[in-house]
Amino acid sequence: MLNRSFHLEIRTPEQLIYEGDVTSVYAPGVEGNFQILAGHIPFLTALDVGEIRVRESETPQLMATSGGVFEVLRTGVTVLVETAEWASEIDIERAESARDRAQAQLAANAPDLNRPRAEAALARAQNRIKVASNL
Amino acid sequence: MATLREIRRRIASIQNIEQVTDAMRVVAAARLRRAQENIVATRPYAEKLNTILGHLISQMDTQEQALTHPLLETREIKHVCIISVSGDRGLCGSFNSNVIRATTERIEHYQESGADVTLICIGRRGQEHFARRGYDITDSYINIFRQLEFQTAVDVVHEFEHLYTDKKIDNVEVVYNNFRSAILQTVLVEQLLPLVPEVPEGDTHFLDYTYEPGQIELFEMLLGKHLNMQMWKVLLDSNAAEQAARMAAMENATQKAKELIDELILQRNRARQTQITTEISEIVSGAAALEG
Repeated sequence: MLNRSFHLEIRTPEQLIYEGDVTSVYAPGVEGNFQILAGHIPFLTALDVGEIRVRESETPQLMATSGGVFEVLRTGVTVLVETAEWASEIDIERAESARDRAQAQLAANAPDLNRPRAEAALARAQNRIKVASNL
Repeated sequence: MATLREIRRRIASIQNIEQVTDAMRVVAAARLRRAQENIVATRPYAEKLNTILGHLISQMDTQEQALTHPLLETREIKHVCIISVSGDRGLCGSFNSNVIRATTERIEHYQESGADVTLICIGRRGQEHFARRGYDITDSYINIFRQLEFQTAVDVVHEFEHLYTDKKIDNVEVVYNNFRSAILQTVLVEQLLPLVPEVPEGDTHFLDYTYEPGQIELFEMLLGKHLNMQMWKVLLDSNAAEQAARMAAMENATQKAKELIDELILQRNRARQTQITTEISEIVSGAAALEG
């Protein structure tokens, strides 16, 4: 029971990120983080900016995401995210420069500043840095 | 009649042009292949998203709930936003001019009916054209096609969705080159907002999900994702169409250069022959004069 696996598919609009049989997946739901094991009832939820953990056997693999849709069916789990990056592939320098840029924009508070966009960019960059450092 | 030297110089210069256009054709072909791969890669995501959206709508308590969403709301059209998708570079046949012409037609169409129009320009060619003529441009995106990212589509959607829900605009449409095949691209005008509700296919075998948060919130979120996806498809399509158009244009140019070279070689040979004949007759007449 404990080690039963199920099918998981993680996609972005640009590519297939992961496909395979896993024993658990952990994801950042908009109403809190949650974990799915095999045999879960059909479930549909929205994901927030955060970290997805995919566990095939022992060690989980980490991934940063900027949010999306999470669907559980009897046949398996499908995750549609707009961006997703394995923790090992995150370019920390780029994430840090994105974070600094967003912070500078917010601090300067120019009249043409698109505040929600800058805040979203900041949240994404901070999440990527955090996930990369969890590795 | 051009001199032999002039003809030789022209042949050399046209050969250079031919090399350049042929290289550009090869580059465009490679980019086209990548662009087509991108279109294919996005399909499973789009299909899955539509399936989920369909499931959700089929399970909604009442259909009316769905239809009161702000992005589905139809208002009297007073302010229109047109997204004009062109390319950043030229040398691609009528790719840019077609989009610019179609955009201008749409602008005039709305202005005649008394609505004012604001533009979002994607691609330098369109942006330069409309800025020079003093059109109202809300935002422009330049040099995005070289390294096309999904985030760009999200940013564009964010921009006009915002204006729409604030009721600053009542209608959003996009004008772009649709990629039909490597030899056929057509300009399309599509309405993005208000969203045109698609009637989902009833899936009676589908068991209901549990939801978190509620159905309505999820539905709203999915509509947003759906819109991002539509915009993304437009960008991918336009990119593929641009490369295809450039490939065709450069192939034509290379072909024309080859024809021109053939013709010039004929002229050169003729000129050379004439020159030799002249020289021989000069020598012969010179010899004849000596003998005489």
